[in-house]
Order: sequence, then C-alpha cells, then structure tokens
Amino acid sequence: MTALIGPNGSGKSTLLRLFAGLWRPDDGEMLLDGRAIHSLPRREMARRVAFVPQEAQIDFAFTVAEILAMGRYAHRGRFSPQAEADRAAINSAAAHCDITHLIDRAINTLSGGERQRVLIARSLVVEPEFVLLDEPTANLDVHHALDVLQLCESLSRQGKTVVIATHDFNLVTRYVTRLILLQGGLLIAEGAQEEVLGPQTVQEVFHVEAEVIPTKTGHPVYVFHQRTR
Amino acid sequence: MSAAAESSRTANISSRSRLRLPVFYGFLLPIVFLTLLAGVGIGSTHISWPTILRVVEFKILPQAWTASVHITKADEVIVWLIRIPRVIVAFFVGAGLAAAGVLLQALFRNPLAEPGLVGAGEGGVLGGVISFVTGWSATSVLSLPMMAMLGALLALFLVYAMSTRGGVTPVATLLLAGVATSSLLAAVASLLLSLNIVNWQIAQEILFWMMGGLDARTWTHVWLCAPFIVLGIAASLVQTRDLDLLQLGEETAAAFGVDVESSKRMLTLTAAILTGAAVAVAGLIGFVGLLVPHGVRLILGPSNRALVPASALTGGAFLVLCDLLARTIHPPTEIRLGIVTAICGGPLFIYLLLRQYRGVANP
Repeated sequence: MTALIGPNGSGKSTLLRLFAGLWRPDDGEMLLDGRAIHSLPRREMARRVAFVPQEAQIDFAFTVAEILAMGRYAHRGRFSPQAEADRAAINSAAAHCDITHLIDRAINTLSGGERQRVLIARSLVVEPEFVLLDEPTANLDVHHALDVLQLCESLSRQGKTVVIATHDFNLVTRYVTRLILLQGGLLIAEGAQEEVLGPQTVQEVFHVEAEVIPTKTGHPVYVFHQRTR
Repeated sequence: MSAAAESSRTANISSRSRLRLPVFYGFLLPIVFLTLLAGVGIGSTHISWPTILRVVEFKILPQAWTASVHITKADEVIVWLIRIPRVIVAFFVGAGLAAAGVLLQALFRNPLAEPGLVGAGEGGVLGGVISFVTGWSATSVLSLPMMAMLGALLALFLVYAMSTRGGVTPVATLLLAGVATSSLLAAVASLLLSLNIVNWQIAQEILFWMMGGLDARTWTHVWLCAPFIVLGIAASLVQTRDLDLLQLGEETAAAFGVDVESSKRMLTLTAAILTGAAVAVAGLIGFVGLLVPHGVRLILGPSNRALVPASALTGGAFLVLCDLLARTIHPPTEIRLGIVTAICGGPLFIYLLLRQYRGVANP
C-alpha cells in the first residue's frame, strides 16, 4: 500500500485523478502498461482502476445494494441483465467490507464509517487491479479511520495496488509500505517512512516543528508545534 | 452485537418502506386503466357507457361486423373525435413530461429540475411559435414538433452552460438561469405574438402555446406526439444506469466507466425530445415533471431503472386526471389545465426549495 502525502494543495488529489484517468495531463503522459491512460477507453480504465472519491454527501436514498451494483457498470453491456459474476462480486465485496447486514439500508442513513466502508466495497465490486482512495479517513473518528485503513491494507494483501491520498500521515504510516511526499505539485521524497519523513523534511514541507516519538508498533508518531517566528 | 441488531432492525424498516415493483404495478395499472376510462366516460355532455362502447366498436372493428351498430353522429364526434384523442394526448404529454423530469433531475443532480423550470418548456413554446409565424407549420405538420424539440434543446444547453460549473449545479444558479432563460424566451414569444396580432388565427395558436392546455386535441396531435414520446422514453430506459451514476456525481460516474460528456449530451437530447413533443401538442404545462418523479421516488426509491417507466405511466395517468378535473370541476367553463397542475405542484416545489435551503444552512 502506498500513500500520497503532502500539505493541502500539494497535488495529492490531482495526481490520484491523473492515475485514475479522470483528468488529462496538461503536459506529458501518464502510462499504464506502456499505453497513455487518457487514450484508453473509459470502460476499460474503469474495470482496472477503482477510484474512491473523498467522502461526499449522497442525497438520494439509494440502498447499499444499489450503490454496490453501480460498481458493475463497466462490466455489463447496456442491455445485459445482472449476471452471476456480478452478483458474486457484489456479495464477496460486501462480505469483505463487513457491510452485508447493511445491504438494504439507504446510503444516506448510514454513519460516516459505514458509508466509507460501502464506498470501498463498491470499488472492490469492480474487481480492479488498482484501488485509489482520496482522503478515505478525512471525516472519521480514530476508531473508524483505523478500521478503514485496515480494510485498505487487506486489499493490498489480496494483491491489489492500493494508493491513498492523505495529509494525516500519523495515521497511515503503520499501514503503508511506501510513502510519496508531494509539495506544490513536485515530488519531494519517496520511500519508506524513515527515509521520507525525517523531522527536517516534515518541518520544511508542512511548515511546523515536528517532534518524533517512538511507539510500540515500531512506527514513530509525530507531534507538531507551531513554529516560533 | 447490539449495534448489529440495531442495524438489521432499521434495515427491515427501510426495505419495507419501499414498495416492491409487482405491488406497485398491481396498484398503478388498474389506476391508469380506470383513469383512462374516466377520461373518456366523463364530460360536460352525458354519454352512456354502452354508447361509448358502440362508438369504439364501430370505429375499430371491420365495417362488415358493425353494419348493425347504430350510433348518432353527435355521439361519434364527441367520443371518437373529441374525448378519446384528448385523453390519449393527455396521457402521452403527462408521460413525456414526467420522464423528462426524471432525466433533468439526474442531469442537474437536483430534485427541483423540471422541464418548465430549466427553460426547456419555454424553449419548446418559442420553437412552436416560430414554426407558426414563419408558416413552416403549414408546409409540414412535422415542423411543429421538430421546432419545439430544437427550441427545448437549445434552451437546455443554454441553462446548463450557465448554471453548472465543474459538474456542480447550485440551486440558486439553476433557478436564476432557468428563470432568466424562460423569461427571455417567453418575451420573444410574446414579441412574435404582438407582431402577428393582425392574424387572429396565428395569435390564437401562440396564446394557446403560452398558456398550455388540451382543448380541441385531435388524432393529428396524437400522431404528432406519441411516436416521439415513445422514442424518448425508450431512449431514457437505455440510459438508466448512467442516470444512477450521474446522480452520485460526475467524477464518480466517470470513475466507474460512464463517458460523462457523451452521456450528458444524450440525456439532454432525450429530455428535449420528450419536452418538445409534449409542448408541441399541449403547450407548456408546469410541475408534472416535478411532482410525479418526486412522488414515485418516495414510493420506489431513487433507482432510475424503476423510476423512469413508473414515472412515465404515473405522469400519464396524473395528467389525464388533472385534465378531467379541469374540464368538469366548474362546468360548463373549463379551467386551464396548467392551473390544476400548478395548484398540485406549487406547494411541493416550495417545500422542496425550503428543505434544500435548510439543508444548506445546517448540513
């Protein structure tokens, strides 16, 4: 699992959208298996790369089952009914994300943690090679945030390439194997936590003083102090 | 454990609160049928059911079989040339406007979107008016629906371009753009009316369009609108999965494989065909596209695969009923159909608007 980290406006979400082929680069090319991403058919990209947008309010009372079924859009022809493979993908994704008991609930009645698990399950329904998540823990309390990150980690153990964009690196470092640090649209550093997030780098990129405290998990946490001018 | 029990309890409640499709159609189809019958059977002139049946027999069965059927010319005219085409036109217009409402609400991602509100209605009216004053409608009957559809399409593009930025349509901008465009188009239609006041027949037609109604609809009007509305509803049914995803946001739709731009163009075109065909034969009738999809969504949920056909059928029955009210509530005068639909739809619109603004105020 890889994390794109950086302060607000550093280009994390932009990069994620370029990966997903949702945006077209102004300059240069994004390649997937040697082919330019934006030249690939939309449906083909959608079958290979699943994108979990930053938690958005869903106003319409779709049931969880209906939300999950939408994940099969790119797999089904316009006129073909839901096939056995579609149902199997939906059921296994629901089971994996532990939302089977919510299947008949309306999405707009779920709690933030439940909704995020549903949106991740929908990305699994796609049966993708890549899962891209934009700030998956942004609106969650610690308990549900760890829950979601554990779920992401389990996807990466299944052999999927998981990339999450986040500014909360304290939370993610123990789950990810690779960090990509961005600032102002530029790649600052890439690698394991100790290589990327030295106190000096954190201070320069995030404009705070960082205290690094070791923990029992082996991943240090950072405590931030406003820099004195 | 208790949380799981809690969830499964609410799950039962929420799935029970939606009606299953067979149950829904078990209620709806008889209602549609009865409404159509009532539309034909009830009117300012009393005609008995056996007489109505005899007229229909006489008209649709081969002549050799009906040689012994005796009907008066007056009954034949009232049943076959006045009531039946009027009811059929009402049904198709209602179905078309309701289906257009479903499409527009998904396209603008806003439950307030409605043909009359987003400029499509007035665009259709102006198209029809132009077809009349230029005399094209005299050269070909098809020019009327074609011009109405074109007008609706151009108006929709204009309102969409004005109100939507980056796939997001704020309510206020949608309403302002819709109202501004509608007023502008209505003003142009009024101008054309003023310029053609010398020709009373044309002026009357224009007035009819601007007010909307189903008076004096004939079989020609049935054939002018029905094929386009059937085509539009069929096209909508093909796009229901795109509609579902677009309703969740353009980015989500694109991420799951929808070709957003081409899908939006198709939806706009379909909504314009439906609105234009309805306006071409009935003028602008407001609120059907708001009221009906909203009601059906409450019963069946937001999934468009169920919503599109159910709204179309319900919209058809609803307009037949409104028209029946309009012509029987205060005989012998007929109330304008638009008044009846506005009295039903206006309060709902205000309620939805207030709710959206409350939603913005305290999310």
